[in-house]
Amino acid sequence: MNISIFDVLGPVMIGPSSSHTAGAARLAYVARQIVDAPFTKVDFYLHGSFAKTYKGHGTDRALVAGVLGLREDDERLAASFEMAKEQGISYTFQTIELEGAHENTVKMVFHLSKGGESTIIGSSLGGARIIITEVDGFAMEYTATSPAILITQQDSKGIVSSVTAVLAHFNINIGVMKLSRSAKGGIASCMIETDSFIPAEVNAILCNYPQIYRVRIINCR
Amino acid sequence: MYTNAAELWTEAKERQVPLSEIILENEMQLTECSKEEVMRHLEKMYEIMQISAAKALQKPLFTVGSLITGIAKTQYDYAQTPDTLCGGFLNLLMARALSCSETNAAMGRICAAPTAGSCGIIPAVLITVAENRKSSKEAVFNALLVSAGLGAVIMRNATVAGAEGGCQVECGAAAAMAAAAAVDLAGGTAEAALHAAAFALMNIMGLICDPVAGLVQVPCAQRNASQAVNALLSADFALAGQRSIIPLDEVIDAMFRTGKMLPMQLRETAMGGIAATQTGRKINDEIFSKKE
Repeated sequence: MNISIFDVLGPVMIGPSSSHTAGAARLAYVARQIVDAPFTKVDFYLHGSFAKTYKGHGTDRALVAGVLGLREDDERLAASFEMAKEQGISYTFQTIELEGAHENTVKMVFHLSKGGESTIIGSSLGGARIIITEVDGFAMEYTATSPAILITQQDSKGIVSSVTAVLAHFNINIGVMKLSRSAKGGIASCMIETDSFIPAEVNAILCNYPQIYRVRIINCR
Repeated sequence: MYTNAAELWTEAKERQVPLSEIILENEMQLTECSKEEVMRHLEKMYEIMQISAAKALQKPLFTVGSLITGIAKTQYDYAQTPDTLCGGFLNLLMARALSCSETNAAMGRICAAPTAGSCGIIPAVLITVAENRKSSKEAVFNALLVSAGLGAVIMRNATVAGAEGGCQVECGAAAAMAAAAAVDLAGGTAEAALHAAAFALMNIMGLICDPVAGLVQVPCAQRNASQAVNALLSADFALAGQRSIIPLDEVIDAMFRTGKMLPMQLRETAMGGIAATQTGRKINDEIFSKKE
């Protein structure tokens, strides 16, 4: 049998829907980790079934809970609007048509405290499984089932091998690696999924390379 | 290695060990976890189940549209009276299933089993039977293993998504899993456990998914209660010695195929069944026009 009994029993979650509540909370939680910077406001753009049924399934409260850092099994999820108010974080909900997107897709625009925006798009696939499909304009497929490192760098020779060398030094095995770029010699984005936890030192070392603009480490399941 | 119910049973029979042992071994191999880790995880799940099965018994919980607010308490209070038709045991069973569903709809914490919409059936059956028979913790966890192992068989050979197969694959799968667990708790054989699961699925074959206003409340909560009862009567069929003339694997396949034949209106879209009644539509309009 290739299916774990915990894919049958579980997830432990806040109801009522694994795709519309738990999945939404996970999407926003992972997005917060990817953004990895203080923010004052998040605009949520809901597509498909998310747009049609978000009120009845608490998708809105789940999304706000996720960006505040609550997990899908945190009982404070139902009170997330009130928590956001206390923390001085505002939010808006709008519906949107995203061409070719999965039925349960959300685009999250984070307004950063230091100025500027960060935009994450992801979908809830059912059973609380999710996929992040776009980060700040770069396409990707990240299911948040393993730790990952997201690097924004200048598209030039040798950067990727420097990154893999650093990971090897920390004895971290690479599971999946995807590279994309805006234009030849322009800004490139590299997503690496690993088999084990990525320590913060990796970030510090990689940031010493002048061609690397930004490193984001995501250690959630 | 097993991929269906027949292979699971054959393996248990040939090695003369309980179903729970085969399922545990498979899990340890698959996830590279120790027995202790698997058991600890199961214990956590069972704790969540116990809490959600009790949470709404004495206090009504707020749910969107208040469609099922207070139903668990109503049934629980009635279960205490001497004059019920089904008796205190079955009424308590139903109240616990309703409590899980009410907790889920009220954005409380539940354990999907196998889904959030069907999260009341396995807890209600396990807790109520274990309490009634004074089962040991170990016996309860072994029964939970049996239910989850059977759920994996159903997931692999069919589906547990209501949008794909209707209510029969969510509440039906949960009832089948719970029926097998109940037989195991009652000390029945592996063979009886699998036949109980087959009976439970036969009893719900073809049931559609028709949530009023698209909410996981009505008839989902009531079906959690009725399928908990289905699980127990199916278990009693098998414990009495009845045998399903159709093998479990064929019943699972029939359920899957039946689900595929259901039109989209009857699969979680709230466009058919009781969701599409005059009152069902009215409730939908009331809830979604007045909010915000």
